[in-house]
Amino acid sequence: MLKILQLTNQHQKIYIVLMTSLIIVSFVSGWLGNGMIGHFIMLVVTILGGSPIVIQGISALRYKVVSIELLVSFAVIGAILIGEFSESGIVVWLFALGRFLEARTLTRTRSAIAQLVQLMPKQALRISTPTSRIFELIDIDDIQVGDYVLVKTGSQIPVDGKIVNGEGAINEASITGESKINFKSQAQNVFAGTSLDSGTLVIQADKVGEDTAFGKIIDLVETSQDSQSQAQQIIDRFAKYYTPVVLVLAVLIGIVTRDIRLAITVLILGCPGALVIGVPVSTVAGIGVAARHGILVKGSEALVQLRKVTTFAFDKTGTVTKGTPTVTAVQNYQGLEMQNLAIVASIEHESNHPLAQAIQKEYTTLELMPIDKTVVIKGKGIVANVGQQQVVVGNQQLMHDYDIDLTIGQQDTDYFLREGYSLVYVAMNHQLHLLLGIHDPLKPEATKIMQQLRELDNQRLVLMSGDQQRAVEIVAHQLKLTQAYGDCLPENKMALIQQYQSHGERVAFVGDGVNDSPALVTANVGIAMGNGTDIAMDVADIVLMHADLNKLPLAVKIARATAMNMYQNIIIAMLTVVFLLIGLFTGYIFMASGMLIHELSIIVVTLNGVRLLRL
Amino acid sequence: MVKVTMTLGQLSCPSCLTKIQKVIEKQTGVTDVQTLFNAGKLKTVIDQEKIQAKDLAHIIEQLGYTVEKITIKEQ
Repeated sequence: MLKILQLTNQHQKIYIVLMTSLIIVSFVSGWLGNGMIGHFIMLVVTILGGSPIVIQGISALRYKVVSIELLVSFAVIGAILIGEFSESGIVVWLFALGRFLEARTLTRTRSAIAQLVQLMPKQALRISTPTSRIFELIDIDDIQVGDYVLVKTGSQIPVDGKIVNGEGAINEASITGESKINFKSQAQNVFAGTSLDSGTLVIQADKVGEDTAFGKIIDLVETSQDSQSQAQQIIDRFAKYYTPVVLVLAVLIGIVTRDIRLAITVLILGCPGALVIGVPVSTVAGIGVAARHGILVKGSEALVQLRKVTTFAFDKTGTVTKGTPTVTAVQNYQGLEMQNLAIVASIEHESNHPLAQAIQKEYTTLELMPIDKTVVIKGKGIVANVGQQQVVVGNQQLMHDYDIDLTIGQQDTDYFLREGYSLVYVAMNHQLHLLLGIHDPLKPEATKIMQQLRELDNQRLVLMSGDQQRAVEIVAHQLKLTQAYGDCLPENKMALIQQYQSHGERVAFVGDGVNDSPALVTANVGIAMGNGTDIAMDVADIVLMHADLNKLPLAVKIARATAMNMYQNIIIAMLTVVFLLIGLFTGYIFMASGMLIHELSIIVVTLNGVRLLRL
Repeated sequence: MVKVTMTLGQLSCPSCLTKIQKVIEKQTGVTDVQTLFNAGKLKTVIDQEKIQAKDLAHIIEQLGYTVEKITIKEQ
């Protein structure tokens, strides 16, 4: 029995062509006045097309599942019993044709992700030692962590790993979304799915298959395409009971009305078709098209939520600014400037705060001093000992906490703040020694993006940052944002978001995937700026690859179009059901025409979903 | 407990997948069944003392579908 199924599956096209030609022959012989032969041919079509359906229906029933195939099987058998061969023939033909067309159109909705999967390496050249050039071509699944692989010019890098030998120019567009050639050599990391434009590399594998950065991206997109929105879950629950209920209903109708034709028709209409497939085709197309634009969406619910957002809250550093702050101004008040700077650089060496990194970067040539008793005070700065001196490095608040008099630096402070600099005060032995002004320029596209977001009906745009209030206000002013919240610790951002939510706002937080986890989780939609291979998907709902702010308005646009498409499909499906029911009870619709409308509705919702791919 | 991922061949209709999902869920030793229609994959966690991945593949084939690839990962 299974052989028949697999055979018809493998030769679907031939099978459908065969059935179609038989049906034509049957009609022609009917016109030629040879009704009996036509009638007989239709019985052949019914058996030909019906048997795989019946087999599928029975095999599912063996596992106690009432499937659509079972309903159609009963209908077809019923039709044969009452001698309606042409109806049953057309039904099985439409069923097979419908399945075939569905598969074809669905392939189109999946094409966006298929293009990504294509980039996934499938084979690799394994070598036994880093210097060996004798390779064996093996399946990617057979590569183990620690294996050495050889990559030649023009081919794909098959694993995440380190270069142990050779050098080359690597195109990392598939990971970063940016088509830039990076020159890499020994000890540098390379990633699966990127391609080697020139050179030859030997790589030792750190991560293989699904564990690679690229594998994770694909896995994520695949899983999210199938993740269900709430609307879909309701429909699925409905569909689960719908099929068995239809079966019972048909039997009841048959018993009560004694009209087998009517009962059979009810069975055919029992296929929930467009209703089941309508929502998934929209979300698959939506998520797929987003992925193509470098927007990774965790699930269809994220798209639904993004559409409803009323407030966008932005992190400042690295989100609306370039995230590469530089020391722009230095004021020395006591001691030798060079010595003071060396002390600051040594202390900041302990921290990975963006401002600390700016200082480290500026003063790499200075000799570092030994420091001890380092205490990092979250959101404020660092206190440490250099020799016998206690050094306090941080913001105004930290200086107040340590009772340090800032009068001497007041004028510079005012000036720096007007310029929009972030301030780092340095005090030694309770006296202000040094003031650094650090500037982080805006991303060039930021102003334009904010304008675009504002134009999408009245979005409230706010800025939340751990930076000083004044610096945050200046950025907010430049970008024409509604509100600026400075001096925020990660938990303050979270509380602010909750506050907005309690006023009925739906908040999207756009920020750094690592530092802003609480805010990303709390927000209705957490949008993380992805940096290359680190996709902070644990906490975010959406990741903008390569921290590209340009993708934000596009993401909103895709979300809206997808939701719109989803609702259209639900309406089309509902109308189909209503239409079929009216037709049924007014006697205009019988098996074949019912099946036709059913299949048509599926094709219509699928094609509607495909429209999204043009975004 | 191991995580099993099966790549399925020729899935055309979502109802096929719901059917596979329902059937697999009913087997003992199987938890957390996830069917990815668009990727044509089935992911699940099984208790190898109660059931084997190849048994599940057999059931899917019984339903009239093909299993192209099985990957098993220790949890």
